[in-house]
Amino acid sequence: MASDPIPRQAFTEQTIGHSRQPSIARWLLILLAVAFLGTFLVVPLVSIFVEALSNGVMSAFGAITNPDALAAIRLTVLVAAIAVPLNVVFGLAASWAIAKFRFRGRSLLVTLIDLPFAVSPVVSGLVYVLLFGLHGLLGPWLQVHHIKLIFAVPGIVLATLFVTLPFVARELIPVMETQGQEAEEAAILLGANGWQVFWRVTLPNIRWGLLYGVLLCNARAMGEFGAVSVVSGHIRGVTNTMPLHVEVLYNDYNFSAAFSVAALLALLALVSLVLKNIMEWRMGDALTQSLAKR
Amino acid sequence: MSIDLRGICCRFGSTAALSDIDLSVGDGEFVALLGPSGSGKTTLLRILAGLEFADTGGLQIDGRDAHRIAPRDRGIGFVFQHYALFRHMTVAGNIRFGLEIRPRRTRPNRREIDRRVAELLDMVQLPGMERRYPTQLSGGQQQRVALARALAVEPRILLLDEPFGALDTKVREELRGFLKDLHKRLGITSLFVTHDQDEALEIADRIVIMRDGRIEQAGPTAEVYAAPVSPFVFEFLGQSNRLAVDVMAGRATTRSGVAVAEGIALPDGSAVAFFRPHDLDLTQAPATDSVPTARVSDIAVVGARARITLIDQDGVLSAELPADQLNGMSIGSPVSWTARRVRVFRES
Repeated sequence: MASDPIPRQAFTEQTIGHSRQPSIARWLLILLAVAFLGTFLVVPLVSIFVEALSNGVMSAFGAITNPDALAAIRLTVLVAAIAVPLNVVFGLAASWAIAKFRFRGRSLLVTLIDLPFAVSPVVSGLVYVLLFGLHGLLGPWLQVHHIKLIFAVPGIVLATLFVTLPFVARELIPVMETQGQEAEEAAILLGANGWQVFWRVTLPNIRWGLLYGVLLCNARAMGEFGAVSVVSGHIRGVTNTMPLHVEVLYNDYNFSAAFSVAALLALLALVSLVLKNIMEWRMGDALTQSLAKR
Repeated sequence: MSIDLRGICCRFGSTAALSDIDLSVGDGEFVALLGPSGSGKTTLLRILAGLEFADTGGLQIDGRDAHRIAPRDRGIGFVFQHYALFRHMTVAGNIRFGLEIRPRRTRPNRREIDRRVAELLDMVQLPGMERRYPTQLSGGQQQRVALARALAVEPRILLLDEPFGALDTKVREELRGFLKDLHKRLGITSLFVTHDQDEALEIADRIVIMRDGRIEQAGPTAEVYAAPVSPFVFEFLGQSNRLAVDVMAGRATTRSGVAVAEGIALPDGSAVAFFRPHDLDLTQAPATDSVPTARVSDIAVVGARARITLIDQDGVLSAELPADQLNGMSIGSPVSWTARRVRVFRES
């Protein structure tokens, strides 16, 4: 007991010492971080909106409601509306198989799911051109049967599907792995069939992770440029998505219109980020709850 | 509901989880599967439930081939070590789950379900907890909800996988008594897995001791405790003393010449004698006796019991007796000992 106070005191002093960094260094570091974030994130983002509104609100509105722009928006929404649900179904199936079962080829499947992250989007677009294009492997056969994939909407959907493939599965695998399968086993032994287990037990347990994955997947599906650019053919009003339309307008020196459409895309990103933060907050809650359970 | 297992084998990769398991459980019996971790007891339970599959062997539940019955139709209630409650449902939601998912024809109406939930919560001594969420309950309460959920579907067999493994000692003991009482009232054929011998001895009618995927010994609890068939079983069932002995014409003598058992059905040669600390009778040797058999090296009083460590020419022994019968024995006291209920096994 007698020797106890001495080390404790030393310890306290040391901890206080740690938080008393020289204040100049502290402020310098904070300034550096703020300057970096400002230059590379905030200023560009703000400038998009400033540039978009440089010719007035009506002009920006006109640029967005221009028929070509509306067609681009419609196409972007259509592509996302096809790609996101398909990836949800695929992501659910893949993460369920990976997280709950051990089978031959499991790690290969995990690697395959990550492949679109590793491959440059331009390459993923080119692959489809090489496969389905006029001079591609399956091109002649497709032409004979009057099926047009490349430079048409189906090609854009395919390229988007490929690029956004990992998002849902990547989000769900860790969530499902930490939850294990005891709850599902309990449901089965209580008499539930496969669908009942899925809808009543599995899905409610992963709902936040799934929503998060859908959000990221959607943001990418709407914002994808590289892969879509290769397969689209840039036909105005027909195969231009929003990001492609921005590029076309920009190349026409129609800056304020380009920035107006870009602002719409940026808005989508901001909304996604806000939603993502809300979900992370909710997921964090669910996580602490599941930890408290142990 | 009776259970019959014949020649069950199960391998995971290259390791045999179970080999050649034969076991019959009679209607209404309460059986404990006891063994160290990795002995295959949980695998056996999961095979019964249909969550795992045996590679070979027959499994009959009430005379029917259970391999042909889907897990959900086996009429089994299962209680998991970590409760496995549905976290997004209330306590009531958890308990009514098994009834609500039934097809309309066999589903009780809403009022009937509510009545059953309240009745089950009373039974597990958690009345009025319907609206709570599992995370708002203690571990012991969660496990009782899990038990109520399993019982809600009126299972014919109750399987419990280390049901008290994640709980602290006091809650464990409480729940043991509760479970034994519940079994007595409901009479459901029950199997439970544990690695805690006290738990098994206290509540089971019959225990099955497993080791490395095999059944080492199975029988009525008192019989197994009184007559372990191997050193493994003897040591697994509680504290034990182990002495090297020589067997000569059915008589076991320690190396220093103390006879510990007679009428041993073993061939002459060296063997090992086992006996429990509470089967060791101590007498303080008279002070005049210049060669005491043993000397007390340590005394630890734990509540009403005293644990005494003796050093003898044959080795270290431990004895246990009521603390009020120490009669002034202290460290260094010379004592002589005699052992009762000694089991002698051939050296393995």
